[in-house]
Amino acid sequence: MLEIEIDGQQIQVPDGSTVMDAAAKIGSYIPHFCYHKKLSIAANCRMCLVQVEKAPKPLPACATPVTNGMKVWTHSESAVKAQKGVMEFLLINHPLDCPICDQGGECQLQDLAVGYGGSQSRYQEEKRVVLNKNLGSLVATDMTRCINCTRCVRFTTEIAGEMELGQAFRGEHAEIMPFVEKTVDSELSGNIIDLCPVGALTSKPFRFAARTWELSRRKSVSPHDSLGANLIVQTKHDVVKRVLPLENEAINECWLSDKDRFSYEALNSAERLQRPQIKQGGEWREVDWQTALEFAANGLRGIAQQHGGQGLGALLSPHATVEELYLGQKLMRGLGTDNVDFRLRQTDFRADGRRSGAPWLGMPIAGVGELDRLLVIGSFLRKDAPLLAQRVRQAAKRGLQVGVVGPTAEEWLLPVRSRMVVPPSGMVSALGQLVRALSEQKSVVVSEAFVSSLPAAVSEEASTLARLVGSGERVAIWLGNLAVQHSQAAELEALACEIGRLSGGRAGVIGEAANSVGGYLAGAVPSGTGLNAKGMIDSPRKGYVLLAAEPDLDFADAPRTQAALQSAEIVVSLSAFDSPALRESADVLLPIAPFSETSGTFVNCEGRAQSFNAVAKPLGECRPGWKVLRVLGTLLGLNDFAYEDSEAVSKAALGADYTRKLAGGETFHVAEAASVTDSGAGLERVADVPIYFADPVVRRSAPLQKTKDAAVPVARLSPATLAQLGVSSGERVRVGQGSGTVELVAAADETLAAGCVRIAAAHRTTAALGALSGRLSVERA
Amino acid sequence: MLSQESLQQIDREVAKYPADQKQSAVMAALRIAQVEKGWLPQELIAFIADYLEMPAIAAYEVASFYNMYDLEPVGKHKITVCTNLPCALSGGVHAADYVKQKLGIDFNETTADGKFTLKEGECMGACGDAPVLLVNNHHMCSWMTKEKIDQLLADLESK
Repeated sequence: MLEIEIDGQQIQVPDGSTVMDAAAKIGSYIPHFCYHKKLSIAANCRMCLVQVEKAPKPLPACATPVTNGMKVWTHSESAVKAQKGVMEFLLINHPLDCPICDQGGECQLQDLAVGYGGSQSRYQEEKRVVLNKNLGSLVATDMTRCINCTRCVRFTTEIAGEMELGQAFRGEHAEIMPFVEKTVDSELSGNIIDLCPVGALTSKPFRFAARTWELSRRKSVSPHDSLGANLIVQTKHDVVKRVLPLENEAINECWLSDKDRFSYEALNSAERLQRPQIKQGGEWREVDWQTALEFAANGLRGIAQQHGGQGLGALLSPHATVEELYLGQKLMRGLGTDNVDFRLRQTDFRADGRRSGAPWLGMPIAGVGELDRLLVIGSFLRKDAPLLAQRVRQAAKRGLQVGVVGPTAEEWLLPVRSRMVVPPSGMVSALGQLVRALSEQKSVVVSEAFVSSLPAAVSEEASTLARLVGSGERVAIWLGNLAVQHSQAAELEALACEIGRLSGGRAGVIGEAANSVGGYLAGAVPSGTGLNAKGMIDSPRKGYVLLAAEPDLDFADAPRTQAALQSAEIVVSLSAFDSPALRESADVLLPIAPFSETSGTFVNCEGRAQSFNAVAKPLGECRPGWKVLRVLGTLLGLNDFAYEDSEAVSKAALGADYTRKLAGGETFHVAEAASVTDSGAGLERVADVPIYFADPVVRRSAPLQKTKDAAVPVARLSPATLAQLGVSSGERVRVGQGSGTVELVAAADETLAAGCVRIAAAHRTTAALGALSGRLSVERA
Repeated sequence: MLSQESLQQIDREVAKYPADQKQSAVMAALRIAQVEKGWLPQELIAFIADYLEMPAIAAYEVASFYNMYDLEPVGKHKITVCTNLPCALSGGVHAADYVKQKLGIDFNETTADGKFTLKEGECMGACGDAPVLLVNNHHMCSWMTKEKIDQLLADLESK
């Protein structure tokens, strides 16, 4: 510890602290632009100059390490004189255009100019002008306003992992730019808007939409990935105008992924469902709520009376709130059936009843920083959980070693020490080899359940990877979306748990959606003889309740799902959005509120329940989903549906200590064989759910749909496989899977395992293909 | 994109640094590339960046920072006159004006026949020799009086 006196106050700070850290500790504000607590120190704005005893000149607080006995004055005459001098220089080339600048009212330069700027400029010469750059559909630029603090450059390099911006030229010609004509394509790019201390980088979708002081700030939680990033949603006249991060060191720190930040653009899209509608004689008709609800209730009651409760099934979205999921399953159970599930893209449910509780990450999100070994199995980590990947990226700098098993070696912008690139059908064997290698290396006996099924030989790669995983003290094993959606997900999970046991680590699941854990806790899974999501499609029901899910995009097998829904007598769909596919399948459309217009709860991957309130009034005649389900329950004469508010529902759903319901990560044994067996012929499908196709909200966000990540899916194959097929990159190919055929452009992908085709799911152009895994054929179109 | 010879030279520079820090050789690599191609088009900068496994923008930062790298085509002979303060006090600006008048071009311009390009330079570390100018980045000329400039231009013209 070091002794330092700041502004007359004696404090102790840890070794290695800077004067800026010490000042923050006593709550003394030192003006600054380039300094940011999460970024490296640049010390190039010079705004944080302070007076230090025995130093002949003022020193930058952000870059001056504390020495023992140091005496610092942050607001002395000499310090303020230096700060004012710097401010005068910064303002020399800064345009005086605050009235037309989007940053006005939330601009650090504007704020500090009030305190440190002169009322008149002594600079009479011409100011410099810098041409604007096109950074893509999310970030707008006014580069003349840039003060060259390089926060954006450091963010892309250090946090996002790829240097997409740089400071070119020199001296007064210096300017921030991407490399010629390139855009900033990071999935975290929106954060540079927050970081920019001036109006050089502003939000393109929000441009000129409102002033910060006109907006109400309300807290919310992101409904997208499994992280549950904390949001500040800003509204004006009940319309969401902008989303900003709410700092939470335990979850999203001060960042947001672009998905969390810009998805709000969908909330007022033309596709929002605003009035209840029913289909009669093939014609859609807008009706009032009473009629629609009675139509739905009568339909469901009719099926229950005619075919018994078993005739019904509920398919609920993992992006729905705990309240909606809880009341959804309660409705079904009230009608006498256990056919309810929220794991719509999953195909293998054999782990149900074997694992000890709800699958979750198995560790706190903030704990990533303390890990020293991480094994990621079957994940598109960077795009599926951008901020989790960001944490891994930072931890890797501090010594975390990452190993990967999966069908692709795609770029995560973080160092992967060791990996096994295997096709999906080889993943069980790959994990089996890891188990064998680990048990040999660590001389720990393999659990009896696995002994007979382990592969006899261990490959070189497996043994290297096992050494990496086995050499750690704080080890985590994460199963990604590809592993969870795998046709042998149960084996993968069981083996992951065994790897965890052997390596002294802990296995967990990253999770696909905002409520991938919450759905389990809310009981939105079948019990007893109830059918799971796949079962309800494989043996079609007479009536369905569909909650916030799109039949063509949100399911493991779109064509079969649509067929099952269309053959049903009644499909009650609660949805915030309208779509042609929904109209084809459903008989009643009940408009429910998206996350911004309802109160609710999401349980994120670390098992943290986060409740939020509505930030805006429901659009049109929309109603919060939990209220609609409550009325439906009452109309059907079911017991215990008289909840006063959403809090009462979440209390009933989660109980007092819901964390006890989380899985313990113990090894379990899968007895029966997988229902889908690999035929072994043809190419294997690898299906990712691209970041901006993943849920109904983000699909409709126009600015996100213009980004590179939302490009139309192509059929990606390894160069070797392409050569075997006699197809070259860029040619059109016909892809057939089951009974579905689509035409796509072929593209070479060197990161992909041989014999695989990577085709994105959740997009209209590929929906006809069906299952997310399995064999398919590719030929030149 | 570059000749085998240039690539070999770059490899020699790369070998001077640890294997995971290839980008340390970026200045040398850009220099070698410029010697071969005469200037540094963006594709060439991107190629060098790729070759050294570094982001293209990081190589561009370097290429645009130092004024001896040419981001636009230059004439056969590039004359860079120092106009920093010590040179300016000893006639650097006049020397530059004289070259301008002789060649009929301004700074950052190339003669119609493509022979000469004139650039304004920064301190070349020889203030005692002022005025100084640099020919094609490699040949430094000191005490550049009008006579010596005449002589230099005549020599270059005949090359």
